[in-house]
Amino acid sequence: MSEKTALSVDDPFAAALAMEDVPGRSLWADAWHRLLKNRAAVHSGAIMGVVVLSVVFGPMLLPWEADFTDWDHTSTPPSLATGHWFGTDAVGRDILVRTLAGGRISLLVGLVATLVSLAIGVTYGAVAGYYGGMTDRIMMRGVDIIYALPFMFFVILLMVVFGRHIVLIFVAIGAVNWLDMARIVRGQTLSLKNMEFVEAARACGVDHHAIIRRHIIPNLLGVVMVYVTLTIPQVILVESFLSFLGLGVQEPMSSWGALVNDGAQDMESAPWTLVFPAVFLTVTLYCFNYIGDGMRDALDPKDRL
Amino acid sequence: MTASAAKPVLRVQDLAVTFTSVSGGVFSRKERQLRAVDGISFDLRPGETLGVVGESGSGKSTLARAILGLIPANRGRVQWMGEDLTGLDEEQLRQKRKQLQIVFQDPVASLNPRMTAGDIIAEPLWTFYPNMERLQVEERTRGMMKMVGLLPNQINRYPHEFSGGQCQRIGIARALVLNPRLLICDEPVSALDVSIQAQIINLMKSLQRKLGLALIFIAHDLSVVRYISDRVMVMYMGQAMEVSCKTSLYRRPLHPYSNALMKSVAVPDPRLARRLRQESWLTGDMPSPYQRPKGCIFHNRCPFKIKRCEADVPALRRMESGDWVACHRAEDLDLSI
Amino acid sequence: MALLDVTGLEVRFDTPEGVVKAVNGMDLSVAAGETLAIVGESGSGKSQLVMALLGLLAENGSASGSALFRGQDLMQMTPRELNGIRGKHIAMIFQDPMTSLNPYLTIEKQMVEVAMHHQGLARDEARAHAVEMLRAVRIPDPEERIRQYPHEYSGGMRQRVMIAIGLLCEPDLLIADEPTTALDVTVQAQITELVGELRQQRQMAIILITHDMAAVAEISDRIIVMYAGEAVETGSVEDIFYRPHHPYTRGLLASVPRLDRVSDEELQAIPGNPPNLQDLPSGCRFRDRCSQAMEECLQRPPLWTTGGGRTSRCFLPMEGGYIAAAEGPNEPGEPVETAEVRDASAAGPGDKRREGAA
Repeated sequence: MSEKTALSVDDPFAAALAMEDVPGRSLWADAWHRLLKNRAAVHSGAIMGVVVLSVVFGPMLLPWEADFTDWDHTSTPPSLATGHWFGTDAVGRDILVRTLAGGRISLLVGLVATLVSLAIGVTYGAVAGYYGGMTDRIMMRGVDIIYALPFMFFVILLMVVFGRHIVLIFVAIGAVNWLDMARIVRGQTLSLKNMEFVEAARACGVDHHAIIRRHIIPNLLGVVMVYVTLTIPQVILVESFLSFLGLGVQEPMSSWGALVNDGAQDMESAPWTLVFPAVFLTVTLYCFNYIGDGMRDALDPKDRL
Repeated sequence: MTASAAKPVLRVQDLAVTFTSVSGGVFSRKERQLRAVDGISFDLRPGETLGVVGESGSGKSTLARAILGLIPANRGRVQWMGEDLTGLDEEQLRQKRKQLQIVFQDPVASLNPRMTAGDIIAEPLWTFYPNMERLQVEERTRGMMKMVGLLPNQINRYPHEFSGGQCQRIGIARALVLNPRLLICDEPVSALDVSIQAQIINLMKSLQRKLGLALIFIAHDLSVVRYISDRVMVMYMGQAMEVSCKTSLYRRPLHPYSNALMKSVAVPDPRLARRLRQESWLTGDMPSPYQRPKGCIFHNRCPFKIKRCEADVPALRRMESGDWVACHRAEDLDLSI
Repeated sequence: MALLDVTGLEVRFDTPEGVVKAVNGMDLSVAAGETLAIVGESGSGKSQLVMALLGLLAENGSASGSALFRGQDLMQMTPRELNGIRGKHIAMIFQDPMTSLNPYLTIEKQMVEVAMHHQGLARDEARAHAVEMLRAVRIPDPEERIRQYPHEYSGGMRQRVMIAIGLLCEPDLLIADEPTTALDVTVQAQITELVGELRQQRQMAIILITHDMAAVAEISDRIIVMYAGEAVETGSVEDIFYRPHHPYTRGLLASVPRLDRVSDEELQAIPGNPPNLQDLPSGCRFRDRCSQAMEECLQRPPLWTTGGGRTSRCFLPMEGGYIAAAEGPNEPGEPVETAEVRDASAAGPGDKRREGAA
């Protein structure tokens, strides 16, 4: 009978000390993979990609500019023959190029205004939520007061005083949206602040700024990102509404909202002037909403504390 | 390792923490006071381990946080190396954190899920030594990981990729990276499987020996604390019932509650368990903290009580053996196990 | 005939990283009035095993095998049929009583609803029955307290209420998943005592699931020790605690801090971490944490048994036992003569001989 040899239970250290570092898989990576499995979100992402590419590059590739008036073809329906694939409006401007150029403005407004509200809202909310007490009370009362001001009144005031400059539109919209962001961030901060890892950071002597920066904000980003993707369509709609009121971007620049407004007036005689910009606007809104929903599902609560 | 007769590094005197809860509307405010920690005093010598045992509601976690200044104390003093911590302002206290550290109960919740293990351990270094070179920081981090039994090549992984026991090791590494002199462990093994508990307890013991730490080890179970403590403090509803050295406590506890706790511990021995069951006498639940019994706080559950216990609060007093007990009948009771 | 007879139970989960087998071919049986404890670490599959029996697996889980309960196969039942069994014939108690009780309803509402639904009692009969059950679990003043809300009870009392709800329908089988884990030591002792009493008073079978062997020492009749989805050792409570065979069982027992032993010895911890079910070692799943692992452990170990429900899945020979089933190079059914086999606990590594091996 042979001697059985002991299976060497390797000292895990001896072998492994020489091993290379194992890459970690962050929660963001996990969430990203989950998002990619969400068909609606992925398709919406693809469609948005197409939209963005066309609004950025489309006007450069088309033979005419957004304000070029083709007197031979005023109010013509869409046709391949004339070269006006989306038709023309009452003064002969090509709807396709106007839609794409308008898209630039709408998306830009959506993006920039959201970034403004993000920057202000996150900082404000995190500070109010973290410090709490009187600081929080004063800061949030400020938010409540501004919230109570009629938005339209505020915008009109700005427009009257400073004129209808496009930057002003960004500011005006961003200045109102940050309020919601601040409230949401404050709420999240309040619950994060009591988490054990924040307490652990304090016990290690980490100062307040570092705690907000390293512990609070990264753990808020999930909620913030979802909210951002749902804010962008909201902002685009607000801008459209402003255009409806005649307070939006000034001619010759146009936005989807302005185009819809113009198109609405000729709805019965030249429906294409309304339909195309409206479709682009609607599709964009849908896509952002699906992406936002997908992100919310991907950033599952199981992950996020 | 027995504690030397040196001067105590930590001195806690009559520490008390009271939480106030307000109920009722605008017109009928009702304030209720919860005395979470109700006058705790003890000394801790260098290299000594004090085990603190109590059930939920005993105030042991609140005590830990109050000692470290993580929550404000309403009364009493905490002296660290002769200096009064309770009088310090926020920034001064923050500087002290280099020497006073804590390991938490829930290993996963005490780690930021968005930071890598390496970053978590290195954060105290960033905080207090912002000018330390990156390579130096990394080297120290890997050294700490080895010391607590983690493979250094896991340095870039995230908390959710580790097991509960490994997360607790990360927490311990973080607590020790600044070379503290005092470590408070708040139920560090309660959330872990029994088989992993033993690993962590052994680790704490060897780290303490190696680093010469003064250690306060909090648990709800007397058997866990036995392996690691020199002295044990038994808490009940915010007060210390007994502070005895290990050898005498486990042979002959001085306080009825300590005796009851010992009888309640589950033993992996069916026949012994049945015998202990027959000897156990504790019934009922801990009273609500808002309706504290008068006199001795344990008297309404104590089979040995006398008239005096209902009216007089027994002070924590020193017995001949050097152990302390808060019981009127300590001299005549024999509570040997 | 056994009340519950499970054979070849397998539980699988569909995860993004592939299929994970949480339970790998378990057999178990419980007789009427018997208390069985299933002991294992997190990830051993002990909870999933029971969830599968009751049809409570998560969406991405599936189970196969057979589970005969009073002659009917639970694994073949429709969700509706299982609904009829759950609560009525098989009651289950979960670990955290706070999340198992609805915080918005009084205890009365929650208990009466169960009694009326499962036993078809009228409301006042159901209420009286509920009060009886609360009394049986030693809740003081049950008539008064039944009208209170969960948050007005302490943790230990909430657990008692959970047990009372479980008992409402006089089930044949009560399954308790980590019933004392979240509780204080003195409360644990009280609940353990309560379960012990119920065991004696009623003809109810009980399955206790826990990671803490000491907690069930007093009240179990038989024990199954699980590791990485399999039963590594089974036996009567005396066998397991006083004559443990499998190195994992012995490791678990050695790692529990004891009040009755000298304390300056070190705790014998089992090295390593709980197994990752997606990355199990070949052969014996415990081998990379086992102090007595041998070369053979790279093969799947045989199942030793002495008959009567005592088994151990290991290459170390069992005194007075024979190999009941083997997936390795060994032949099943060869009795080992006691004289030839040294007691496994005395053997050191590299020291094993086995009759019948070439």
